[in-house]
Amino acid sequence: MPVLTRLLGLLLVLVVLGWLVFVFVTGTPYALQQLVNGVTLGMIYGLIAVGYTMVYGIIGMINFAHGDIFMVGAFLSLIALIALSSLGVTSVPLALALTLLFAAAIAALYGWTVERVAYRPLRGSFRLAPLISAIGMSITLQNFVQVSQGARVKPMEPLLPGGISLLNDPDFAVQLSWMQIAIVVTTLAVLGVFTWIVTRTPLGRSMRACEQDLKMAGLLGIDTDRTISLTFVLGALLAAVAGLMILLYYGVIDFYIGFVAGVKAFTAAVLGGIGSLPGAVLGGLLIGLIETFWSAYFSVQYKDVAAFSILVIALIFLPTGILGRADVEKV
Amino acid sequence: MTAPLLSLSGVTAFYGAIQALKGVDLDVREGEIVTLIGANGAGKSTLMMTICGNPRARNGCIQYDGAEITGLPTHDIMRMRIAQSPEGRRVFPRMSVYENLQMGAQVTGGRDFAELLAQVYALFPRLQERAGQRGGTLSGGEQQMLAIGRALMSRPRLLLLDEPSLGLAPLVVRHIFGAIRALNRETGLTVLLVEQNAFQALRLAHRGYVLVNGAITMAGSGAELLGRPEIRAAYLEGSH
Repeated sequence: MPVLTRLLGLLLVLVVLGWLVFVFVTGTPYALQQLVNGVTLGMIYGLIAVGYTMVYGIIGMINFAHGDIFMVGAFLSLIALIALSSLGVTSVPLALALTLLFAAAIAALYGWTVERVAYRPLRGSFRLAPLISAIGMSITLQNFVQVSQGARVKPMEPLLPGGISLLNDPDFAVQLSWMQIAIVVTTLAVLGVFTWIVTRTPLGRSMRACEQDLKMAGLLGIDTDRTISLTFVLGALLAAVAGLMILLYYGVIDFYIGFVAGVKAFTAAVLGGIGSLPGAVLGGLLIGLIETFWSAYFSVQYKDVAAFSILVIALIFLPTGILGRADVEKV
Repeated sequence: MTAPLLSLSGVTAFYGAIQALKGVDLDVREGEIVTLIGANGAGKSTLMMTICGNPRARNGCIQYDGAEITGLPTHDIMRMRIAQSPEGRRVFPRMSVYENLQMGAQVTGGRDFAELLAQVYALFPRLQERAGQRGGTLSGGEQQMLAIGRALMSRPRLLLLDEPSLGLAPLVVRHIFGAIRALNRETGLTVLLVEQNAFQALRLAHRGYVLVNGAITMAGSGAELLGRPEIRAAYLEGSH
């Protein structure tokens, strides 16, 4: 990288850090609240981003239907929660656990179907073909949900009202809601299990082998088609968890939420370094924080613009993303 | 005489519109080391990959252990105790040496893993020293050892070795060829060896085939082929 670009990048990082220090010093409680909100949102983006990065790692293509799997997960969660409450399940943790299982299982089926219908028949064809069919899947899913569930926004009452106040300042109390705690804890737990699967189990090893050399994985007796399917399934599971989280966090969903969240999570995956799993989570956190801080201090209308501008700027200075690989491989 | 362990008859294979194999007949009997020699681009590696079903043979028949495997998917073929150490080694670069070896044993479901690992480490002590290091950071010779070790981790009956000597120092080549001979003698491992280093390959092998332009032009015992003047002229001049 030329010296000038590097200097500019460094300068930019310093300006942002300086501004952050300034807002934290001048208005600590308010800034702290933004940090809490940003981390919560970022966790959700991170969950979705992992699915993008995993599929990209293994087949070198973006799964354009992934955001819509997330949307389907949110709808499945809503359906499950309503069904459970009408069945008389009053315990919130139990309802959440059952909903999580239900949404994840059905969304996994959707993920598997997307791969089977939009990707596998086109394996070995020209590169653009599966991208087009995946966009087709995305449109199909959106319209399917729009027709079957209606186009209107679906509201949901808060499941876990209240929370704890950190730092009770006379002007501004920093609220940490139970919901935020639940989101962060669940996300961390899910990511923990997921990391264990990828790094420690034979399935995870096969996935990494397919990601690094698909042909060689086949030569070692790995059923590569099955491994690719399972990658889509795992990604869909995480997206469904994110769908439940967004439903709990915002309390409203519609058939279109998959698009914006998908684009943002994809941005997170690229920012973190596409193909890198920790990178996806880190990128998600950064996008969540950027969006939240921008909304809090500048303008809510331009929060998406801010998130995407940061991506463009970051890619100028770090073309492979933050944790993207540039490691030397001997041939 | 018993039926060969691996038998190809009239096998053709294509890469796109290019015909890489033009009707190959080849037999490998149980317990044999058979070498396939030929110039660059003769189709040697394609032949190795076609046995494994990638690319698939367009015509002809491949039989293994009495059953036809021509149309099977690659992963099913590789689960029949055939292992390949492929052209270019194809070590997983971002996995540790240990994980690469685990990948080799994945087909067996981890049966006898410790025993097989000990065997591979005994054969290539360097791999044990480097167990935690990433595959991509190994030297060429170490990667070759890893590729062969990984293939051995599935306890194969038939080992397909594609250019194990490529780019290696003579001492390392001697070590690897010695290891192949020892495995063949001690465990009865059947080996199909592709080599450009024809002199050493023919000395090691029981039999050899010469592949020219996608077709077998000569076959015979290793010593016999070594003695042929046309082989000496085409493949052995200045190579030893």
